[in-house]
Amino acid sequence: MSILDTALLEADSDQLLVAVRALLTAKGILSPEEIAERISITDKGSPAQGARMVARAWTDPDYRARMLADATAAAEEMGIMMRGMPPLGVLENTPSVHNLVVCTLCSCYPRAVLGYPPFWFKSAAYRARAVRDPRGLVAEWGTQLADDVKVRVVDSTADYRWMVLPMRPAGTETWGLEQLAAIVREGDMIGVSVPTA
Amino acid sequence: MEKLLDQDFPDKDVPRAPHDMGGVSKFMCEPVDTEPHAFTDFDREVDAIRQILGMKKVMGVDELRRGIEAIPEAEYHRLSYYQRWIRSITENLLVKGMITEAELLAALEAKR
Amino acid sequence: MSFTTGQKVRVKLDWPETRGPCHIRTPHYLRGEAGVVKRHLGDFPNPEDLAFARPAASRPLYHVAFDQGAVWHHGLKGNGGTCDELLVEIYEHWLEPI
Repeated sequence: MSILDTALLEADSDQLLVAVRALLTAKGILSPEEIAERISITDKGSPAQGARMVARAWTDPDYRARMLADATAAAEEMGIMMRGMPPLGVLENTPSVHNLVVCTLCSCYPRAVLGYPPFWFKSAAYRARAVRDPRGLVAEWGTQLADDVKVRVVDSTADYRWMVLPMRPAGTETWGLEQLAAIVREGDMIGVSVPTA
Repeated sequence: MEKLLDQDFPDKDVPRAPHDMGGVSKFMCEPVDTEPHAFTDFDREVDAIRQILGMKKVMGVDELRRGIEAIPEAEYHRLSYYQRWIRSITENLLVKGMITEAELLAALEAKR
Repeated sequence: MSFTTGQKVRVKLDWPETRGPCHIRTPHYLRGEAGVVKRHLGDFPNPEDLAFARPAASRPLYHVAFDQGAVWHHGLKGNGGTCDELLVEIYEHWLEPI
């Protein structure tokens, strides 16, 4: 390992950020304004976006079909910015199949529709256990999956990003879109939990 | 269900890279911290810089990942998610010659 | 595209990480495991080259399903989910027909 490698590993992370940002700015590669603009765009991604898609899919069978066929287009249809984003796929939960999304290699996450990945999604415990003990893992959220339900663990290893379409809970038949979207949490769209009325 | 122990999850005996975590025995009995953690300004800024470097074709996401995967295992687990990113970004910029070692060390020294 | 939906395949039993610097998107736990092609997801530039800023040829990417219990054949005590499935994106050059 070179002196520089050691310096890099031991450098204080905040100092490293300040140094790199200063060098990139001095070289005209980026500007503080561009960083601020990018942060503000990224902050707009949130689970509320995915929840709007889920609520619409629950109430509009044609939209649901379009979403399952091409989720990128279905997100754009809802005004969500997908340009430059990896393709999005939607996994439908049914009475016999429950989907759970993980990225064992890094932390690939459907950021356009769910925002920044939560801490637990990036943790070693989540990434290790999801593919090997998915039922034990979701129990950490209090989720109990029946033995006759197939768990499908989707390891997001490459170019797609995946979001779960949960089942609409009973007792919500008369609810409107906003009320439905309000019960859909980020974990429901990753598969660690299921929405309840 | 019986309580599961680490030895219930033996590993394949071929060495693996530290980032390749699917089913790794030593994490199988580790609880998941399901609590929300606030996103810091540091996290947001590193994330934004990576996006801008990607859009400007300076470095792609696979280059970021390769740089993260090159971090030695003990450091990988010690560093937070975005602390790994800033190290990988820096390493990539050095490899590409976008910044030099002397410039970086001088910039770090200036901050001390 | 050389694999079709429903075709049985095996992930190559190869360990490039033991031979030096590399970047691969095929998880360790799936090497040598048998699965079924579910869908061709599209063609994407090979990340193994992109990671080193080399020219990257487009490679077909497939969604491949694996029997979760079979992959972890050493087994889980008391696990009721014997029918559980793993669905993973794998590049064509990591798959062999069986």
